[in-house]
Amino acid sequence: MASTFDLTFEFAPYRLSGTVYGVLMNHRDALAALGEAAHQPPYKAPPKAPVLYVKPRNTLVAPGAPLRIDDPAGELEVGAALGVVIGRTACAVSEAEALDFVAGYVIVADCSLPHDSYFRPAIRFKARDRSCAIGPKVVARADIANPDALGVRVLVDGRPAHAARTGGTFRGVARLVSDISEFMTLAPGDLLLTGVAAGSPRVGAGATLAIEIDGLGRLETRVEPAVELAGR
Amino acid sequence: MKQARVAFAGALHEATPGAAQGTLRLADGRVVAEEDVVWLAPFEVGTIVALGLNYADHAKELAFGAQDEPLVFLKGPGSVVGHRGRTRRPVDATFMHYECELAVVIGKPARKVSRAEAMSHVAGYTVANDYAIRDYLENWYRPNLRVKNRDGGTVLGPWLVDAADGDAPPQLELRSFVNGRLTQQGHTRDLIFDVPFLIEYLSAFMTLSPGDVILTGTPEGVSNVAVGDEVVCEIEGIGRLLNTIAGDAEFGR
Repeated sequence: MASTFDLTFEFAPYRLSGTVYGVLMNHRDALAALGEAAHQPPYKAPPKAPVLYVKPRNTLVAPGAPLRIDDPAGELEVGAALGVVIGRTACAVSEAEALDFVAGYVIVADCSLPHDSYFRPAIRFKARDRSCAIGPKVVARADIANPDALGVRVLVDGRPAHAARTGGTFRGVARLVSDISEFMTLAPGDLLLTGVAAGSPRVGAGATLAIEIDGLGRLETRVEPAVELAGR
Repeated sequence: MKQARVAFAGALHEATPGAAQGTLRLADGRVVAEEDVVWLAPFEVGTIVALGLNYADHAKELAFGAQDEPLVFLKGPGSVVGHRGRTRRPVDATFMHYECELAVVIGKPARKVSRAEAMSHVAGYTVANDYAIRDYLENWYRPNLRVKNRDGGTVLGPWLVDAADGDAPPQLELRSFVNGRLTQQGHTRDLIFDVPFLIEYLSAFMTLSPGDVILTGTPEGVSNVAVGDEVVCEIEGIGRLLNTIAGDAEFGR
């Protein structure tokens, strides 16, 4: 798929495909934060299968480039996520073999406009231009002993704003890849975000943002207001 | 002008309708039968934006009331198959249905485009069959991807039909046939949110790029399909899109 976004690395598949999927409510604390509401209408029951969403190509932000916010007085919710880079075509793979289909890992700042209903796909909140920053680099799978036991830290304007772990999920990386590949094939270079813990921080225009994940380095970006052409 | 992308004799080709019925003319001059090529989606597919409940009759069929905002969901490129493709129906599914839809292909970048300017961003149209398996519906980001983004679940083609620059969206009849029997019928004049509105709405928060496609929703008349069924989605003047339902065994399941 053609995309202006490009992030290359020195092992197969060498680049991202530009297709990015995220998983909603994979962290137990994120679902717990909804409390009894997860059992009430409109949801009626907690999710059974992985709940996925797409971050389309207009959302992707390359390392070093800024995130965008349209409303200069508004806020972005920063989802600090582990990105799993698919290495080989994964179709109906078992949990035991799933990690063989992973090329590596990368930090992702998966940003949304804050929204409190998860009943309908929240495209207007989650698919906004330049809302998904990826970087600084893809780290090979072999260099990460356990992707489900990594510390995640968010810093806003240099100050700690949130701390979480990649674990504490309903499905770890291997189980996610397996369960998703049962109904949709994941292709080399596809990126799967394994979810966001409860308590995502919010940032406004002008903020600088850093996300650290153990072993993956530090993703640094900033939030810039959209600049409109004169006369609009 | 109508254009297809096909595989034939070891290469990918652009093709146009041949002079004789059921034939294609490849860009290199060869004329071949439509059964002898592998049909791909007729354009390089970017972001796939799909509409739910965008015909009043279908919304009523599924017992939904009026909406104040379009129900939009996204699909991934891995779900796409072309004309004459095969789509798997898992053995545990009890309600899998086709959805015949007018697909609007973007031709030039669209960001914060007004309704009045929207149609000048359209490259053309094709037919979509946006399958769903209702057994897997859950009430989280509904319709969830396990329902709508399955392998083979987005059938596109056969042709990309050019839009005349800036023309109003076509007013066309949609029909679906299962094994030759008419099962679904509707008309794009009954869209709740029309094409210019959708381009204005989407481009207000997401830049649309060439190759992005909007599947505009389906009218009343969805019905369950079985392994072996031949499903045709047809839009007058745009195309007649064939898909066959396959079983698990064919996919080694």
